[in-house]
Amino acid sequence: MASLESQTPAAPVKEEYNASENIVRVRNVKRTYYIGENPVHALRGISLDIRRGEFMAIMGPSGSGKSTLFNMVGGLDKPTEGTVFIDEVDISQLDPGELAWLRCRKIGYIFQTFNLIPVMTALENVTLPMIFAGASLDEQMERGKKLLEMVGLEHRLHNKPGQLSGGQQQRVAIARALANDPAIILADEPTGNLDQKVGEEIIQMLKRLNKESGVTIITATHDDKMYKRSDRVSIVIDGEIQAVVPPDQLGDNTVDGFLAQLKEEKDAAAAAAAAGN
Amino acid sequence: MITGAGTMLGIAFLMSVFASALVLQAKGVEVEAAQQQKNTWLVIMSLLVCFVGITNSMLMSVTERYKEIGTFKCLGALDNFIVKLFLIESGLLGFAGSLAGALLGLVFVLITNIGVITSLNWGGVLLQLLMCVVIGTVLSIGAALPPALRAAKMQAVDAMRTEV
Repeated sequence: MASLESQTPAAPVKEEYNASENIVRVRNVKRTYYIGENPVHALRGISLDIRRGEFMAIMGPSGSGKSTLFNMVGGLDKPTEGTVFIDEVDISQLDPGELAWLRCRKIGYIFQTFNLIPVMTALENVTLPMIFAGASLDEQMERGKKLLEMVGLEHRLHNKPGQLSGGQQQRVAIARALANDPAIILADEPTGNLDQKVGEEIIQMLKRLNKESGVTIITATHDDKMYKRSDRVSIVIDGEIQAVVPPDQLGDNTVDGFLAQLKEEKDAAAAAAAAGN
Repeated sequence: MITGAGTMLGIAFLMSVFASALVLQAKGVEVEAAQQQKNTWLVIMSLLVCFVGITNSMLMSVTERYKEIGTFKCLGALDNFIVKLFLIESGLLGFAGSLAGALLGLVFVLITNIGVITSLNWGGVLLQLLMCVVIGTVLSIGAALPPALRAAKMQAVDAMRTEV
C-alpha cells in the first residue's frame, strides 16, 4: 500500500468558508429511484437542519426513507431534487474525487456490521483512512495507537477482526471513523449487532466523544437507549419528516406510540377544521 | 485460492500442449500439415479455456468483495484506487498461478516422456515457459479489469448493501 499513499484527492472549492451553526442543511430534498420502470419516491421533499455538535437520531420504520435520508446526509447519495449542504458545501456539485475527499476528511462512518477489512489488523484498519488522506507512516502509527488507546484497545493493536468480539470490532470501527478528525460521524445502527450491555458501552463511548470533542454524531437507529440519549430525534415516515423533537417529548412512548399520538392529533385537527366548515 | 487454482490449471494445460509439441520434435517425429493444424486448434482451444477460467475466477473474486469495496469508498478511496488494487492483486496472483501452472504442465509432459529429457530443446522449453507465464499474467489482469472497473464505479451504498 505504500506506493498508493500519495493519493490525495483535490479538496472541493468553496467561495467563502465560515463555520455556520448548522453543519448539515437539507433543503426540500426529493429522491426517486427506479425499480425497473416503477418510480419509488423514497424521499418526498425533506428539509432538515442538523446543528454542529449535535447528537441526532434518525428513526423510522423500514421503507420509510430513513436510510435514504441517512445516506444523503452522509454524502453517500445525491438528491434527485433539492440540495444537501454538508458544512456549506452543496454535495450535488461535487465530482467523485471531491466526494471521496469529503468522505475521507469530513465524515467518519460506523456500520451495523462493523465493515472492518478482515485481512488487516486493528491498527491497520484504523490507519487505512489516514493513507487516503496522505499521512506519513509515522503519523499513522502514532495517531492509530492513540485512537485505539482511546477506545480501550491498546492491547489489541495487532489482532485481526476475526480475533475480536463484536463490541471490540465496533470500537475499532469507532477509532477508524475518527482517523482523520472528522466533523461528522455517521452511525448506521451501530448497536444493531451487539447485545444490550455492549450496546450500552458503545452508546456511552459515542456520547462521550460528542461531549468531549464536539464532533456531530448522526445515527440511524431502532435502539431505545440510543435515541433517549440524543439531543434531537428526527422521525421519518413515508419519505417525509414527521417530527424533529428532543427525546423527552416522546415521553415513555416508543416511536410507534408517539407517532400514533401525532396521528391522533392530526386527525383531530383535520376533523375540527372540517367540522368548522 | 480458487482463483489461483483456476489460472494454474488453465496455464498448465496450455504449457502441456506446447511442451508436447517440443517432445515430439525431440523424438524426431515429423509433424504433417494435418497434425499441425490440429495442434494449432488445440492451442487456440486451450487459450480459450484459460481465458474463460481466469475470467470466471476473477469475476467471482471481485464480486465477493463488493462489501469491502463499498467500505473502501466510504473511507475516501478514489475509483481508480480500487481498480489499481484489483489489477495489482490479479497481476500478482496471475503471475504466481501461471508460473506454478507452467511448471506443472512441463513436469507432467516430462514425466510421461522421460526418455526424451536429454534430447529436448531446452531453449525452446524456456521460451515456452516464459510465454505461458506472460500469457497467464496478462490474461489475469485483463480478466480482472472489467469487473474491477464495474466495482469501482458502484455507488458506495449499493456496494455495501450487496448480499453475496
